[in-house]
Amino acid sequence: MIRFIINRLLQGLLVLFALYTITFFLAKAMPGEPFTTEKNISEEAKAYQRALYGLDKSMLEQYLRYPINIVTEGSFAVSTSKGRPVRDIIAQSFPNSLILGLSALGIAICIGVPLGVISAMRKNSWVDWGSMSIAMIGICVPAFTVGPLLQIYIAAHLPGLKVAGWGSPIDIILPALTLGLTTAAYLARLTRGGMLEILSQDFIRTARAKGVPSNKLITRHALRGGLLPAIAFIGPSFAALISGSFIVETIFQVPGMGQHFVNAVIARDEFLLLGVALFFGFLIVIMNLAADILTGILDPRVRLDSNQK
Amino acid sequence: MSNLLEIDGLETGFDTERGPIRAVDGVSFELQKGKTLGVVGESGCGKTVTAMSIVDLLPKPSGKVLGGSIRLNEKELKGADQKVMQRVRGNEIGVIFQEPMAALNPVQRIGKQITEALILHKNMSKATALKEAVQLLEAVGIPSPERRVIEYPHQLSGGMRQRVMIAIALCCEPDLLIADEPTTALDVTVQAQILNLISKMQDNIGMAVMLITHDLGVIAEQCDEVIVMYAGRIVERAPVLELFSNPLHAYTKGLLASIPWIESERKTVLPTIPGQVAPIHEFVEGCRFCQRMERSGELVQERPPYLEINPGHFVEQCPECTKEDSNICNEPSKSVGQIIKLRRSEPFTVWIRKIKIKAPHKQILTLLTGRQEKLNRVRVPLLQVKEVKMHFPVRGGIFSRQTGAVKAVDGVSISINAGETLGLVGESGCGKSTLGKSIVRLLRPNAGKIIFKGQDITTMSQWSLRKRRQDFQMVFQDPAESLDARMSVGQLVSEPMVIQKMGNRYERNERVFELLDRVGLPRTAADKFSFEFSGGQKQRIGIARALAVNPDLLVLDEPVSALDVSVQSQVLNLLMELQRDLGLSYLFIAHDLAVVKHVSDRIAVMYLGKIVEMTDAEKIYRNPKHAYTKALIEAIPVTDPSRMREHEPLEGEVPSPINPPDGCAFGHRINAPNYEKSKGRDIKLEEIESGHWVSNCPCCVDR
Repeated sequence: MIRFIINRLLQGLLVLFALYTITFFLAKAMPGEPFTTEKNISEEAKAYQRALYGLDKSMLEQYLRYPINIVTEGSFAVSTSKGRPVRDIIAQSFPNSLILGLSALGIAICIGVPLGVISAMRKNSWVDWGSMSIAMIGICVPAFTVGPLLQIYIAAHLPGLKVAGWGSPIDIILPALTLGLTTAAYLARLTRGGMLEILSQDFIRTARAKGVPSNKLITRHALRGGLLPAIAFIGPSFAALISGSFIVETIFQVPGMGQHFVNAVIARDEFLLLGVALFFGFLIVIMNLAADILTGILDPRVRLDSNQK
Repeated sequence: MSNLLEIDGLETGFDTERGPIRAVDGVSFELQKGKTLGVVGESGCGKTVTAMSIVDLLPKPSGKVLGGSIRLNEKELKGADQKVMQRVRGNEIGVIFQEPMAALNPVQRIGKQITEALILHKNMSKATALKEAVQLLEAVGIPSPERRVIEYPHQLSGGMRQRVMIAIALCCEPDLLIADEPTTALDVTVQAQILNLISKMQDNIGMAVMLITHDLGVIAEQCDEVIVMYAGRIVERAPVLELFSNPLHAYTKGLLASIPWIESERKTVLPTIPGQVAPIHEFVEGCRFCQRMERSGELVQERPPYLEINPGHFVEQCPECTKEDSNICNEPSKSVGQIIKLRRSEPFTVWIRKIKIKAPHKQILTLLTGRQEKLNRVRVPLLQVKEVKMHFPVRGGIFSRQTGAVKAVDGVSISINAGETLGLVGESGCGKSTLGKSIVRLLRPNAGKIIFKGQDITTMSQWSLRKRRQDFQMVFQDPAESLDARMSVGQLVSEPMVIQKMGNRYERNERVFELLDRVGLPRTAADKFSFEFSGGQKQRIGIARALAVNPDLLVLDEPVSALDVSVQSQVLNLLMELQRDLGLSYLFIAHDLAVVKHVSDRIAVMYLGKIVEMTDAEKIYRNPKHAYTKALIEAIPVTDPSRMREHEPLEGEVPSPINPPDGCAFGHRINAPNYEKSKGRDIKLEEIESGHWVSNCPCCVDR
């Protein structure tokens, strides 16, 4: 088990390095440079700035220096647009995104999983058709539609809820709902599929032959295997949820991390871009690993495979 | 004696897209306490549906019991409340299913799966239930049960899983055990163990058993009474001795005739029941077996009466099917050559070394046999396998170093002459399929030589092999899995020709038609897809595909073990006929010794990667030398219910080929008295008389 985790972490490092390489060269391929502005800045001033950020060095040196600095100094360089260390920017905005993402995931699981289980138990009934249609709508309607609708029809009418802003805990509700609904819809569909698959298996018939009542059939025999596809999906989508969404953060004025993904590109701030991209990649690697470990705990056959490899 | 179970006029139906269908149509029988009732019939005859109706385990919501009554201990179960049924299932009726692989929950520990029913029905505490579970596992013959209760199903072998299933079904000491094909997925040796176990538990608890199987040998050994089901109805019901000695219905006679018994004469055409069971939605009201025989009129319009002819012997009294001389099978016991009524005058195309020859069958035959004789004259076998070893590495440790090897095939030497069939038998896990795959070079052996037509192909590159592959082809066990469902039959059959660049598109299409004729499929099959065919027809497609490139050798890996008995005999007949007509050589791999003996000239018996005995098919059955061969022969259910076996079944299973025991592996398993002597000895095959090779093991062979 420990060897498996170590192996996967080493693999993750490789993935992150590949991600770094691609992001680095894509950033360099962007037209212009961080200090291209409409204002007339003298060439000397620009050259001074470039030297300050180390952008005057050769491409190869820049490419190698960034990861070396991360390892030796723990430094993720300084944002050219904000003039602050990238590490501080992430450290400040990530907690907001984390809280928002966790709430969204909680909402998604609380809505999606039970909906999927009920749909699977009542396959082809109106409950099934109804909830799956809603799930389909949830997948199709984008956050920039759901968000404003929630603002107009809920926030404006319920006292205590603000249309936008990020101060008190109650402010989390609407953005989390907006962010979580799509995930809830996906989860409902995956859970339904997984449960249907398991419920058609022979061992469910064996359990019925033992005289197991139908509610226990679900909780004891079907749920564990039926949730596996949903768990595999939760891993990476969790990473996406907690690293912030530009759209939701913009709609509800949340000072999260998602804004930096877009703003960094607009400002041609390549260090900030590299920083958030790598951080996001890191979260994906960790969450995927967590999902795999969880799958292994739930399904002993997978455990056997990883031990043999 | 009182009846435990009384089924009266049971009707079970399903809602399908084509409308409602009736899978079980008026079935009545009784079962007394402590007795065993056998239910036999082909797939699609409603055996399982009948059993599942009793315990209300039909697929929901489409399956429904429509009529009749089901009484257990004088309590009506039909339409009973779910709560009532939950008390009955697992408590009063235990059920064992066919696939022990799929029937256990893969993510739950064995112990938990057994204790669940105990806690539900007997109100035991978890701790007592677990103690009980350990005792149950011990009772069903699972070694070190304390350790097994915390293991998961995938850590057990198939036989062990079926024992766990039995433990689950019997944990509450039910009055009735329903066993739905409990041994079909298992080896003969393990089958004998499991059947023995069921009988033993039956004696201990005094329960009744309803045993569903398509194996008449199992019926003969286990049952007191038999019902024969055809197309949702009982066509005959009789005490077991009566049924075997005096079958009245043509269908029963056909079933009894179509199985190759170990005693029957070799290489004869097996009698087959023509046609197949009609799809359920096409069932007629009258005699359904007449429907299969394509009879018309009143016979298929009015339901024949179901009458008691002799005491306890019931039969569906169709005037045509119960005639004294109603022999629906083709003539048995003639040699293949006498029977074949091929359209020999019709042209058939053959490619020999890229030259296309189109000629009447007869000439092709002389042409091919001419080739064969030439080969035989130089006295070089078609295939020689010398000391072949196929070891798969087992990796472990931090840097995936090789820590051991699975010695799947460990020094095997066999040869096959042109036109000959070599049968290869052994339990699952003995390496027989691996040997087959090595011979056609789907695997590359670690050591030894494979010489095909005088050419060493052991280490030949995939590139040069591609050309040679037209000389040897393989037919696989499961036709449903081994044919690509997205390709039409025409594409499937012509693909090998495309790879071998044989002919143009037109010629290939023509040959596809010829091949379909040859294997007994309609030409219209070429445009259909494999899933549109029944199991036997699919295997015919597999055979046509293998034949497409005119091979000399076919490796047949369990070609009939996934098929119904009646279909099995059709496919065996086809294979024997093709061999005679096209001069093919076969390596016939199977676990069923009776089938192997029927089609083979010589038989090799394999155990744990090694051949332990090899000789003429007849001799190996009449005069087996090795203890393992004897055990395999004894494990075959005797087909005569009046001649009960008395021996104890072979214990244990094939050991792991990673750490084979020192010395004779089989002696170790049976605890042979002389086992110690075999330790440290190099056990090899020795020719004890001309053509009879036996391993020189001191503990398993008496001289």
